[in-house]
Amino acid sequence: MYRYDEFDHAMVKDRVEQFRGQIARRMAGDLTEEQFRPLRLQNGLYLQLHAYMLRVAIPYGQLNAVQMRKLAHIARTYDKGYGHFTTRQNIQYNWPKLSQVADILDELASVEMHAIQTSGNCIRNTTADQYAGVTADEIEDPRIYAEIIRQWSTFHPEFTFLPRKFKIAVSGAVGADRAAVRFHDIGLFIVKNDAGEVGFEVWVGGGLGRTPMIGKKIRGFVAKADLLAYLEAVLRVYNMLGRRDNMYKARVKILVHETGTEEFTRLVEKEFEDTQGGALDLPAEEIDRIAAYFQPPAYEALSDDPPALTARRFEDKDFNNWVRVNVARHKAAGYAIANISLKPVGVPPGDVTADQMDAVADIAETFSLGGIRVTHEQNLVLPDVRQDQLYDLWLALREQGLADANLDHIGDIICCPGLDYCSLANARSIPIAERISQRFADLERQYDIGELRLKISGCINACGHHHVGHIGILGVDRKDQEYYQITLGGAPGEDAAIGTKVGAAFSAAEIVDAVETVVNTYLAIRQPKERFIDTFRRVGDAPFKESLYDKAA
Amino acid sequence: MMQQVVTGNRLADGVVIYLGQDGGWTSKIDAARVAADADEAKLLEDIAKAAEKARMVVGPYLIEVTDTAGAVTPVRYRERLRAYGPSVHPEFGRADVPDHLRMGSEAEFVHLNGVAG
Repeated sequence: MYRYDEFDHAMVKDRVEQFRGQIARRMAGDLTEEQFRPLRLQNGLYLQLHAYMLRVAIPYGQLNAVQMRKLAHIARTYDKGYGHFTTRQNIQYNWPKLSQVADILDELASVEMHAIQTSGNCIRNTTADQYAGVTADEIEDPRIYAEIIRQWSTFHPEFTFLPRKFKIAVSGAVGADRAAVRFHDIGLFIVKNDAGEVGFEVWVGGGLGRTPMIGKKIRGFVAKADLLAYLEAVLRVYNMLGRRDNMYKARVKILVHETGTEEFTRLVEKEFEDTQGGALDLPAEEIDRIAAYFQPPAYEALSDDPPALTARRFEDKDFNNWVRVNVARHKAAGYAIANISLKPVGVPPGDVTADQMDAVADIAETFSLGGIRVTHEQNLVLPDVRQDQLYDLWLALREQGLADANLDHIGDIICCPGLDYCSLANARSIPIAERISQRFADLERQYDIGELRLKISGCINACGHHHVGHIGILGVDRKDQEYYQITLGGAPGEDAAIGTKVGAAFSAAEIVDAVETVVNTYLAIRQPKERFIDTFRRVGDAPFKESLYDKAA
Repeated sequence: MMQQVVTGNRLADGVVIYLGQDGGWTSKIDAARVAADADEAKLLEDIAKAAEKARMVVGPYLIEVTDTAGAVTPVRYRERLRAYGPSVHPEFGRADVPDHLRMGSEAEFVHLNGVAG
């Protein structure tokens, strides 16, 4: 993984000291809250319902065991023994004290981490495919470019006060989008052109929130050398023309929508004429220098499906299910990608205890060459596991309560913090996720239902990605009562789609039954091998509407 | 006119606090000073603004409550969550919450549809 050089170290250290001074001045009364608020947000510190919340950046979701132990230590020392992994591959602490935040940031800096680019109207922490570098379906490792973007975007003076926050995601995979790339302000796919050169396909103006939109492809190929020049051109157009009069219309998706994709593209291309071939040119040797940090480890010469694994799968049904559901194909023979579901039954999705974090760090060192990834589905990944060690890994995870075999099934719910923590929320989301996971706790039933992406947001800002859930749930407030709308047919990946509202909202007491009705309707009408989303696309929402709303008829 | 109390978050640690009967700030809503009319509410607001300047509290504001025999309960759901802690992770909730106002892991739906109902 990338290691800080002296510039990174100095920059982060200076930033912590600067913020330490700002906190001291706030506590001493030299800064008002109004003056202090933008400063704390630039350092990832929010004020939520019950306390401050610190959001820590995990660039492109990559951690090592040392960093994970530090995150555990922070949870234990400065918080209530928990951390919460988010839908942007970051981690949040829900109970830090303002008086201790600088110390926390010092601790993070000691392991090359920080909370920069996790708030404010800047270019936020860049996300990537969690299988980057280890999946066989990849043209090139997207982490290389996510890191280059990180270095270009951190403290970029021209883009410190954008109209609104700006999120970039990168994927190098062919035919699989695991990073919801089309729902970012800029989405980059690594592609090959007809001449066999590797470059980027650029999508702009995707996003969720109150106006969900799938991004528009504005260029089929940008050469590697031009990557930053092209990004700068897009950002420049947005910075100049993006709406600053209305917070809800300030994201680039609205600009693209109001300007029209064709005109927006023309403006970007015109700007690109200025930025191309200048100081932003990305030399091949610089790409190579960064790529060196992401060189694959020396894999041993092994074979797929070793007898030890096959025998264990045959003997132990639970283990076999976990392998079938949570383990993905690795590019190196004899290795595997193991997903750790952070969605045990009845537990807030994405929450991990300090002890579990320590255990994951140990497990990563023992079984995965020290590597860990965070996914936007609020799960963890161990990227480099020997197949003949999968069983021992599974036993170790099971001991920690981290062996739930529910990846991409109805138990694997994405869920924002909701009104239990968040000052923006209208309704709670976590208790709904907990109750749905309890209702569908039977894994055999989950496997019968098959792949089903269920996503819950506690307000229209859609941090729980409900728009792209096969089943999405949106919490709304009606006369101080929590109600929940259901959307159907969304999809985050290659087959990106935005779900549509199925009808009137359900009360908190009804919503779990309503979800079950939707699932049962699908089970009754599905054809062989159809996933929920396939059935929905074949039949539309009529059968679901009927079973949800026409019961009285 | 509804009864009101002033709430905000403590600057140093973000904890939810209320303007208390003795003019200080308390994390216990039952110890909050309840304003019964508009004049008294205005007075509490003025005290809170001064406390904000004195760096005791961040973003103080008035909320509506019911005061029944010294048990002060916020009317709005959001404020009940602030007063008693999140409804998930019961261990994060407050130890001094009356049982009938607890929002634990909620096997029962009654809490979801209004705790004080």
